[in-house]
Amino acid sequence: MAKEMKHAFLVALVAAILLAIAPALIGTYTLTLLVIYGILALSLGLIWGFGGVLCFGQAAFFGLGAYAYAIAAINIGESTVPLVLGIATPFLFAAALGAMMFYGRLSDVYLGVITLVVTLLFFRFMNSSAGPQYVIGTARLGGFNGIPGFQTLNVPGTPSAYIIGDAYYYLTASALLIVYLLVRWLLASPFGRIAVAIRENELRVELLGYDARARKTLLFAVGGAIAGLAGTLYASWAEIVTPGLFSLGQSAEIIIWCIVGGLGTLVGPVIGAMLLAYLKFALGQQSVIDNTLVLGAILVLCVLLMPRGVVPTLGTVLNRIYRRPPARRDRPRPAGSQTAATPPERAHV
Amino acid sequence: MDLAAIFAVEILYAIASLVVISSGLAVVFGMMRVINLAHGEFMMVGGYVTIVAVRSGINIYIAMLVVAPLVVGVLGVIVERLIIRRLYGRLVDTMLASWGLSLLLIGLASMIFGNTTTGISPPIPGFAIGRYQVNGYSFFIILAAIAILVAMFAVLAGTRAGLVARGAMQDAAMASALGYNPERVYMLTFFAGSALAGLAGGLFAPLLGLVPTIGGAYIAKAFITVISGGASVIAGLVSSAVLFGSTSQIFTLATTPMVGEIALLLIAVVLLRLMPQGITSRFFRGKM
Repeated sequence: MAKEMKHAFLVALVAAILLAIAPALIGTYTLTLLVIYGILALSLGLIWGFGGVLCFGQAAFFGLGAYAYAIAAINIGESTVPLVLGIATPFLFAAALGAMMFYGRLSDVYLGVITLVVTLLFFRFMNSSAGPQYVIGTARLGGFNGIPGFQTLNVPGTPSAYIIGDAYYYLTASALLIVYLLVRWLLASPFGRIAVAIRENELRVELLGYDARARKTLLFAVGGAIAGLAGTLYASWAEIVTPGLFSLGQSAEIIIWCIVGGLGTLVGPVIGAMLLAYLKFALGQQSVIDNTLVLGAILVLCVLLMPRGVVPTLGTVLNRIYRRPPARRDRPRPAGSQTAATPPERAHV
Repeated sequence: MDLAAIFAVEILYAIASLVVISSGLAVVFGMMRVINLAHGEFMMVGGYVTIVAVRSGINIYIAMLVVAPLVVGVLGVIVERLIIRRLYGRLVDTMLASWGLSLLLIGLASMIFGNTTTGISPPIPGFAIGRYQVNGYSFFIILAAIAILVAMFAVLAGTRAGLVARGAMQDAAMASALGYNPERVYMLTFFAGSALAGLAGGLFAPLLGLVPTIGGAYIAKAFITVISGGASVIAGLVSSAVLFGSTSQIFTLATTPMVGEIALLLIAVVLLRLMPQGITSRFFRGKM
């Protein structure tokens, strides 16, 4: 555990340096969004890459966090409690949803359908909530137009001291690093070890006396909370929340980030999210080629050619160049077997 | 009385449209255990093919019943050869690759046709039942759904090709030993599934304005219907279409379309919780 945490701190240090020099290249306004997407990708990277739970509806928790924050911020007018609610609401919702699914022994495709359906439910409901009867406290849900004009993040206790601009960027960047370290710590703990064991062989773990259902539910809820944090930060960045947060496209993007970045790693999804979100932003500046087309092509090519994702593939290539023995992975794989073609991570989800 | 007739037609229409939307996906999933998330975009392509064909002077029925299925079927074969073939047996990877494909097709369509709504008018005029106006085209969709189901059953149960297809899906090695090439069977099955998607796209082209992103409206419903139906292609498709179609339509008529849609989604969640392997894992077991 100590060795892994040392490694994690090293990664966090390198990331901190990169995040600190990044504003010299890209504006902090755009960077903030990239970092928020990084946190969102991290949440799916945790439950999919390490828990083996493919959630098609990570956007539901993201949107739920954003809406919970916005509604609470309008009612309270100060951002500390809404921030907590923005994380707690998706945590509790994910726990309830996860309990329903995992205690029902749902797996793979069926799990995918349920999470997808739940996301669609939110999307439909929020889109249809335009009428004046859809009010929570003093906050109107606003239907298709969403909720604008809520209190953005402020220094705790002083509603007039908004955290905006560069300061907000450094806040989100620190949040990303802290979340990364916490997740690393969680994965190095016995709970994380058993979560990975469940991904590998659920039956065996149950026969050893662990309650796989409860553990999967908790891991799922933690993923929901992290996505909720990303949603909260997003709401404060965009200063408006709309039903588009719950859209199928949003869920698809999160999955693409993880696939492209690399499953079974935490750094991979974050890098995947930042690169692809920036690519989308850059493609949005021109009108020659449609950016959905590019994203789709990237996803198809990645699944076909690099099923393990960019970061693990790069790691292998680097290892080969430097002729070092393969780095210790989170779990041993049979050397040189068919695993290259069918990565065990994906084969089991 | 008139009102009851209208309700009956509306409910039948809801069921029929679910059957039409999902049949292609059901064939591909039921037979090959492949989830094609680009199914909605295959329908979108079918719709655009129909509209382009009609505008270039082809009879509308030929355009939607012949041209659209053929073009989309060929598209399906190309996709199968290039992408799906490499991913058999990896359910999640196929889903992701076809999701990428769906984004790719949306991008292509918006580059070609632009993000504007196009459409053609339905070829059958509406008529009145008592004091109420009915959309005549609804009856056409209902007939088409029945025809699709009958044709699927006839091919799978009644022809040698259907027998070989079912055999190859059940035991590819055995079919191969008997001299049938499973690769070819998979390819033809995927062709059939894609052609059904193209047909569905053609049939719905006169009903809804067509935009490149319309696939999203279909795929969720098709996906839910097929998965809830379970392993049996036809029995599963019919049972879940009846359940979802009638529930959502009853709620729609009683309240608003939005509530109908939400009711459908809620029922799907409850159903999958109770029967995780779909309806046909408990009822109609072993049927086709």
